[in-house]
Amino acid sequence: MRFQFTPEQEQFRLEVRKVLEKEVPLRWKELGYQIWEETDESWAITKEWNRKLGQKGWLALTWPPEYGGLGRSQVEQFILDEEMAAIGTPTGIETAITIGWVCPTIMIYGTGEQKQQYLPPAARGEITFCLGYSEPNAGSDLAALRTTAVEEGDGFLVNGQKVWTSIAHRADYCWLAARTDPEVPKHKGISMFIVDMKTPGITVRPLINMTGFHSFNEVFFDNVRVPGKNLVGQKNRGWYQLATALDFERSGVGTPARVKRMVEKLVQYCKETKRDGRLLADDSGIRRRLAQLSVEAEVLRILCYRITWLQTKGKVPNYEASVSKVFGAELLGRLTDVTMHILGPFSQIDRGSKWAPLQGEGLRLFLTSPSMGIGGGTNEIQKSIIATRGLGLPRK
Amino acid sequence: MDLEFTEEQNLLKSAARNFLKNECPPSLMKEMREDERGYSQKLWDRMADLGWLGVMVPEEYGGIGGDFLDLSIIMESMGAVCCPGPYFSTVVSGLAILSGGSEEQKQRILPKMARGELILTPALMEPDAWFEVSSISTAATREGEDYILEGTKLFVDNAHIADYILCAARTDSGEGVSLFLVEGKAPGVRCTLLNTLAYDKQCEVVFDRVKVPAENILEEPGKKPALLEPLQEKATVAKCAEMVGGLQSVLDLTVTYAKEREQFGQPIGSFQAVQHHCADMVIDVDGARFITYQAAWRLAAGLPAGREAAMAKAWTSDAARRVTRLGLQVHGAISYCDEHDMHLFYRKAKAGEMAFGDSDHHLEKVARGLGL
Ligand SMILES: Cc1cc2nc3c(=O)[nH]c(=O)nc-3n(C[C@H](O)[C@H](O)[C@H](O)COP(=O)(O)OP(=O)(O)OC[C@H]3O[C@@H](n4cnc5c(N)ncnc54)[C@H](O)[C@@H]3O)c2cc1C
Repeated sequence: MRFQFTPEQEQFRLEVRKVLEKEVPLRWKELGYQIWEETDESWAITKEWNRKLGQKGWLALTWPPEYGGLGRSQVEQFILDEEMAAIGTPTGIETAITIGWVCPTIMIYGTGEQKQQYLPPAARGEITFCLGYSEPNAGSDLAALRTTAVEEGDGFLVNGQKVWTSIAHRADYCWLAARTDPEVPKHKGISMFIVDMKTPGITVRPLINMTGFHSFNEVFFDNVRVPGKNLVGQKNRGWYQLATALDFERSGVGTPARVKRMVEKLVQYCKETKRDGRLLADDSGIRRRLAQLSVEAEVLRILCYRITWLQTKGKVPNYEASVSKVFGAELLGRLTDVTMHILGPFSQIDRGSKWAPLQGEGLRLFLTSPSMGIGGGTNEIQKSIIATRGLGLPRK
Repeated sequence: MDLEFTEEQNLLKSAARNFLKNECPPSLMKEMREDERGYSQKLWDRMADLGWLGVMVPEEYGGIGGDFLDLSIIMESMGAVCCPGPYFSTVVSGLAILSGGSEEQKQRILPKMARGELILTPALMEPDAWFEVSSISTAATREGEDYILEGTKLFVDNAHIADYILCAARTDSGEGVSLFLVEGKAPGVRCTLLNTLAYDKQCEVVFDRVKVPAENILEEPGKKPALLEPLQEKATVAKCAEMVGGLQSVLDLTVTYAKEREQFGQPIGSFQAVQHHCADMVIDVDGARFITYQAAWRLAAGLPAGREAAMAKAWTSDAARRVTRLGLQVHGAISYCDEHDMHLFYRKAKAGEMAFGDSDHHLEKVARGLGL
């Protein structure tokens, strides 16, 4: 046992830190942007950023060189992710989806042609996927999805509706789950497709989220023709690919780094701010809350570290990923509470005002943190996974 | 012991509910985010007609002479629909004038207020003085018969449209903080709207050598100030009542949704995890309701209510956070949508939690009450 990085890894961390500090665009910092705030300007910055990372081979660090990666280890990926979250780079959900989920699945199940077509441009930061999973009546019960893909000629005809599709309005391709056999039990008739978002018959309708930004969408498929070569893996075996894709979810190391960064900002704020004649830093309640948060961030970091370690051993993280997902989502809730408590009434003021502390970050956190326990599988579902898969408790 | 409302109170409650349900859906709060004034004049006039603005004003000053429970019932009903506007700030200011104003001031202000012709607001907080009266530093300096105010107030509700701002300021006569009635349009008063979470119209107000003529001094400086703490206490309890209304709506919406929304071939409300969320919400909401009613009842009965008010705010503030978050959680992604009402309640609950002190502030009061 050794809770330490090797000297080479520490060296890599220093290199990463130096590069990031120099390269994060000033405009991004000025805007006080957060990764979930999607505007034309932020998207442009993000795309540019991803290309820059791609050029260094850092976007898909662990991928084999033939697909545009550097063949580095998961531990180095961990370090890179951690440093990016700590400094708050423009890297957003598009990277998690494209690089973290979809492409690794293509790497396993895709045809040679598919790998050549999608992986290298993804590694260069040139293409983006969105996830076409959820439907109005298929949320947690994803296997209930009804969008159909019917074989026709040498391809498929897709009809149906997706919802909550993050960045569908930006994406080049949709990683689509559709029903190819309605006659069999629901898990057994689903297939995965790569669908070019420019195909006729696709309509993307914006859904404005409660932060006031347009990040997710409804996507309608009306007789959309998908070439047969865009089916990924075996027909009707898509559910198993989905499950595999889940295993590629990143170690989730962004959350503890984010918490840590926020705690540091709050510490600074408390050292400078008086409330009712007293320095916040002298308030024992506040001190304890901040200390507690940093303990929890450390616990989460170690839990993420375990996932990375499992990956380096070639093992497939299973309930362990759910552990860190739930803990991370709940920790963001607690971070929100502490932040709002410390900033007090000032936490209600949005950025742009001289009275908004930390560029309104508290308010932004408040509005976005509840979604963390919903998107990507709710906390309740994750806890059931921990209980059944992790502990072997009986399913209902 | 009787934990039920009287027949009249029940009537008021159902009338208020029905009226607001029709006239003020939660969507009004969303509409008001673009509206500079932040309220609907039509709704305001109707509320005045119903007597709500003079609910606690005695009949001799044009009110309907109700008590604090009546006010709480109205506030709770407003909370249930996220009603925006200057009702709360006006009514709690009126209470201070009622208890501390001169006869002339009462005659001049209360009837107009009851008719819906005046908007009032208390200005208490400052950049470095959040909730403690002792930290207030806005200065009131005597000049002849008048006072000159100098300082900055923050989080002043509706100051930009207020006819009178009740400014708490420290006098140089050695007796601490007094309340001054400042005309909203008086020279030297500068209001800037803050862009806040709950789309409420909170302002920064700068008092730049603002002259307050003798007739607008609410408390005789030099005497021991006695208005501010009762004002804060009543405002705290009224705020709790509003929050209780909001939390009950969140619970109702959530239970309804849990019965309707199906996943895995059954209503999500049949899953134990969701049932437990709903049960936890009930515990929080019931607790908040009755501890708030207790404080409101004591105020209505003219009993000391400092401890009960602090307990109500401490519990309700924390409950608000838990209940709204669970409400969002049970709704799943749909609640993350601007179109959906849940985030309105979530925002309002946070603003309520902040107003007049969060749970830490009130727990400190409780601790002092314990002799700590
Ligand atoms: C910010 C955000 C981004 C998203 N991006 C995407 C995207 O890009 N692509 C995409 O396809 N989807 C996306 N989603 C959708 C997301 O995957 C779903 O919201 C999620 O799977 C939950 O589904 P639901 O919202 O329909 O909630 P429901 O499944 O209706 O759940 C409602 C409540 O019931 C509970 N519940 C449901 N079933 C059970 C059970 N068996 N046991 C106990 N409790 C249960 C849930 O935990 C929840 O509390 C996104 C969601 C969010 C919030």
